[in-house]
Amino acid sequence: MHIHFLDPYRPLTSPIHALDARIKFVLTVAFILTASLTPNAAWPVYILLLAVVLSVEILSGLGIGYVLKRAVLALPFALAALPVIFTIKGQMLFSLPIGSWIFTASVEGLERFVSVAFKSWLSIQAAIVLAASTQFPELLQAMRAVGIPRLLVGMFGLMWRYLFVLVDEALRLMRARTARSGHSGEAGKRSGGSVAWRARMTGGLAGNLFLRAFERSDRIYVAMLSRGYDGEVRTLPLPPFTSLNWVSLAAGLVLLTLLLLFGIFFWG
Amino acid sequence: MYSPVQPMHIPDGFLSTLVSIVFWVISIVVLGYALKRVGKDLGERQMPLMGVLAAAIFAGQMLNFSVAGGTSGHLLGATLATILLGPWAAMIVMTSVASIQALIFQDGGLLALGANLFNMAVIGVMVSYFTYTSVQKLARGKAWGIFTGGALAAWTSIVIASLAAALQLALSGTSPANIAVPAMGGIHMIIGLGEGLITFGALAFLYATRRDLFHVGEAAPKGSKAIWVGGLAIAALLAVLSPLASTHPDGLEWVAGQKGFLEAARAPLYNLVPNYVFPGISNGSLATIVAGIIGVVLVFAVALGVAYLRRGRKRSK
Repeated sequence: MHIHFLDPYRPLTSPIHALDARIKFVLTVAFILTASLTPNAAWPVYILLLAVVLSVEILSGLGIGYVLKRAVLALPFALAALPVIFTIKGQMLFSLPIGSWIFTASVEGLERFVSVAFKSWLSIQAAIVLAASTQFPELLQAMRAVGIPRLLVGMFGLMWRYLFVLVDEALRLMRARTARSGHSGEAGKRSGGSVAWRARMTGGLAGNLFLRAFERSDRIYVAMLSRGYDGEVRTLPLPPFTSLNWVSLAAGLVLLTLLLLFGIFFWG
Repeated sequence: MYSPVQPMHIPDGFLSTLVSIVFWVISIVVLGYALKRVGKDLGERQMPLMGVLAAAIFAGQMLNFSVAGGTSGHLLGATLATILLGPWAAMIVMTSVASIQALIFQDGGLLALGANLFNMAVIGVMVSYFTYTSVQKLARGKAWGIFTGGALAAWTSIVIASLAAALQLALSGTSPANIAVPAMGGIHMIIGLGEGLITFGALAFLYATRRDLFHVGEAAPKGSKAIWVGGLAIAALLAVLSPLASTHPDGLEWVAGQKGFLEAARAPLYNLVPNYVFPGISNGSLATIVAGIIGVVLVFAVALGVAYLRRGRKRSK
């Protein structure tokens, strides 16, 4: 099989990799929901949730470093929450005079900001572990098990199957563009026309990509037809959910519920 | 590593639970209906087409062009999908794209996916459809209507969707409306220009090579009038509401205050176990220390256990 650089799955042998995808899927969503429901500034609960997700990262063999490196991705978005430090009224922390404006930071505002950033950081780590420890077909199975419509799951599957093919196609188009475009190494000499022109030419590439996708989908349709496709999405029955699976699922949910209650009782 | 961080994909943690759940419900209702329509109206031929086009839109987001100072513009694709597939199928295609981005590439959160789907699949498609068909009607079937209509639809849908994202953040108390709305709107008015130009180029290319893809003169799919009206309503509502919200942030705070039912639901829980039942730990700093110690022990135990397991496995080999 063609291993593509985009696929986040890391094939390892670990208890987390071996866990049924349905359990992982439900627990990941439950973890993110728990983080979301935990009141602001409930720091002990945040620390315990972090301990849980770090433990899972170690257990999965992915390593903390790998997950944390990928988790940086969501950081820039924290900028959107930065202003709350100054807009929420409360106990004054410090004030920042910029020009004729004076921004006053409050303790409550800072607490809100750190809470949001921390929750986001916890959630993305859980999502990364799920994607890195579960193969996509298993994820599709999990989605089917939790009741996502078959047509949609079928679409996800088809999209995934041709994702790498079309990404390669897009990269080829870009490489061809680079190969055929002049480029001057001389400083101050720009190449490639105006921004609007470049954008329109990129549009041409996108159109070309779509056209190839159309033509490919025709071929795929014919190939599917020749193998008995009749418009119905058929799937194998789901593997049985053993009692051991139920126990692990329940244990995870109980742990998360306890953490949530702990947070709500003391900081809610 | 490919990482198209787009300011429109809200990560988890930035939306309050209530806002996330409300938008999940709205998205499920709209997309559920779209799914029904697609299942009913479209032939079996559409299924592979939609899947491959979803992959193409994802891949198309890698096509970029340099703008200035290291920034680049790239394609989001809701408008192109709407024009080429029709609104209902486009919603499903954009749902697939956004879901895979969230699930596999962590581009946008899982709990926040409901809101992201609403912004990208519902608003993106509805506003695109409304703008595109309106310009089409004005152009009376002339070719320029397709290109300008598409470009305008791309720009409008992105700006409106970003306003929706800003209001969702403001409703969650994560970002004040008087900063989030102008910031998100302003950035996307610029990003939208790139999207509009790329869409223009793509449509011009497709029109020159495969005119048959545009279904000119074909009857509109069933229920598209509702989408047209919905697109108009959303665009009008957000175009009016967001400047209003940003000049009167108190109004939004009032709305946020009205959502007190989650808090109300929580209140009986506090009464079950009042703070003083657990003497000692009710002290915040002590609780933090205890949690920290438990956390460290937990992680340490797992690390030790894994190391032990590994050693055992190596020995057995």
